[in-house]
Amino acid sequence: MAEITMIEAIRQAMDEELARDENVFIVGEDVGQRGGVFRATVGLFDKYGGERVIDSPLAEASIVGVGIGAALYGMRPICEIQFADFIHPAFNQIINEAAKMCYRSNGDWTVPMVIRAPYGGGIGGGLYHSQSLEALFTHTPGLKVVVPSSPYDAKGLLKSAVRDPNPVLYFEPKKGYRLIKGEVPEGEYTVPIGPANVTRAGSDLTVFSYGMMHYYTLQAAEAVAKEGIDVEVVDLRTLYPVDRETILKSVSKTGKALIVHEDNLTGGYGGEIAAIIAEGAFSDLDAPVRRLAGPDVPAVPFSHPMQDWFMLNPAKIAEAIRQLARY
Amino acid sequence: MEKKEYLDLYHQMVAIRRMEERAAELYQQGKIGGFLHLYIGQEAVSTGLIAPRTPDDRVITAYRDHGVAYNCGLSAREIIAELLGKATGCSKGKGGSMHMADVKKNYWGGHAIVGAHLPLAAGLALGDLYSKTPGVTICMFGDGATNIGYFHEALNLSKVWNLPVLWVCENNQYGMGTAVDRASAVSDIRKKADGYAILNDEVDGMDVLAVKEASAKMLEEIRAGGGPRFLEINTYRFRGHSMGDPERYRKADEVHRYQENDPIGMFRKYLIAAGIASEEEIVKLEDVIEEEVRDAVEFAENSPEPAPEELYTNVYFETY
Repeated sequence: MAEITMIEAIRQAMDEELARDENVFIVGEDVGQRGGVFRATVGLFDKYGGERVIDSPLAEASIVGVGIGAALYGMRPICEIQFADFIHPAFNQIINEAAKMCYRSNGDWTVPMVIRAPYGGGIGGGLYHSQSLEALFTHTPGLKVVVPSSPYDAKGLLKSAVRDPNPVLYFEPKKGYRLIKGEVPEGEYTVPIGPANVTRAGSDLTVFSYGMMHYYTLQAAEAVAKEGIDVEVVDLRTLYPVDRETILKSVSKTGKALIVHEDNLTGGYGGEIAAIIAEGAFSDLDAPVRRLAGPDVPAVPFSHPMQDWFMLNPAKIAEAIRQLARY
Repeated sequence: MEKKEYLDLYHQMVAIRRMEERAAELYQQGKIGGFLHLYIGQEAVSTGLIAPRTPDDRVITAYRDHGVAYNCGLSAREIIAELLGKATGCSKGKGGSMHMADVKKNYWGGHAIVGAHLPLAAGLALGDLYSKTPGVTICMFGDGATNIGYFHEALNLSKVWNLPVLWVCENNQYGMGTAVDRASAVSDIRKKADGYAILNDEVDGMDVLAVKEASAKMLEEIRAGGGPRFLEINTYRFRGHSMGDPERYRKADEVHRYQENDPIGMFRKYLIAAGIASEEEIVKLEDVIEEEVRDAVEFAENSPEPAPEELYTNVYFETY
């Protein structure tokens, strides 16, 4: 198996889906001739032409809105939002239109659309090129929300997202685009939307995370293993709908839970996981559920030391694991 | 045009008027909850606009959508039943007044968020362009929608991508209670289309035949590959924005002046004066329509409420 980067896995997924189904197309800012700001679509314009890899005006509401209309028509749009931070103008289209179409039409309408958006900090992008926005969308039935953490999952989940008959928000950890490498098989495969993934078996406590923080969590787990702490790691992968069964099973086994995400703490996605554990595994808990998350500030500040204070990293996660293990 | 076509236009306009009158009564009786926006006064707009469409052509509109639904071929029964939130309604009670739709009739719905359906229309039109099918998307919206960002984004990219879409501004002179010239820097709304190099025209929305002719011409031009067109249809709503509108923003005189040019009354006079139909024939047709709407109300009132488990259906599309 070849080892490739996250961004290559994402590009391969789109390439293969474009080749597989002529209803699939990509639309977004600079996705065509330029090949995307992060080069996710490089080469696809030359291979499939401007009719299928469409450069749009700088208008996020319409990138998504046109995607919804085309999806209603029966096409399979992949809408690229250049940075997750730019998704806000399209918020109404996602929440009010995409998420509600199937429900309001009693299943007559469906929106088989993927919205890809690079998210997260740690690249010096500052306030408007660093946000983690998944929690804005995990409150909305009708949407599916996916965050991959490895090239294997990135490719398999994106292919599933393209084939899903519902709107899928696919958040890509952009710091990991070239940093995270992994083995990806040559042939066709998909990773189903829904199930979480136990990426490291352990017995002392469980860490739940996703995306870039899952990558760091695995590093932290290895670090504390040397100290004799045996950590189970669950990559949530699909945030909505969430895999309750895997979460509760793991907590029942280890008795302790730490939830890690880069998005800020209050109202963040971790609160939902904590509530699921409190409701479904209370009697199995040996310690209070802990959350480790970004600080409650409006955005990731620009200055490098401030960005470092904001961002979680393997050392911070390892420290939170040690504290919980000691409880 | 055949006599039958004239009478069909008249039938549609009168049926919409009667449906809306009955809807107002049902609302006042407390049988329709929420909000109700009537189409009374604007019947010639959608009737004339939609008459020349082919089965390939899509229609998508804003929240004042009952009449448009009827023009697209939905029955009075399923429209009134939807207004009452019944299981037999066109959206099985989940949609209500502002969210009627029927894909089989190529009616892509009423949409409640002002302007938000314009990008959707562009997407539907992109589907036709990509598939090389002859359909045109007819996208209706009010004058108020021309002030929101979606309008400008959608017009711009429809021109850039040469989309087969007919943008239709149904200018009834007020965005809720705010007159056009108090909300829009350009009162002559079709001039906004000039900003995107989209060919445009305007037509008297109280004259169903004029609307039909303008619509047919533009649909033909778009179908021939001419790209988007913009049609401003000037009209007037005789009732308030919704049922709860005290109408402090306009004078009774103004409403009466427009009511003298009632699109239905004028078309009725024309049909008789031009010798297309006799007074007796028209009265007979009006009786048929009266019965159609009476039957629809009876059907709707006797229809069951949606089952409780329907609350959880169709959140996601399960099979494809």
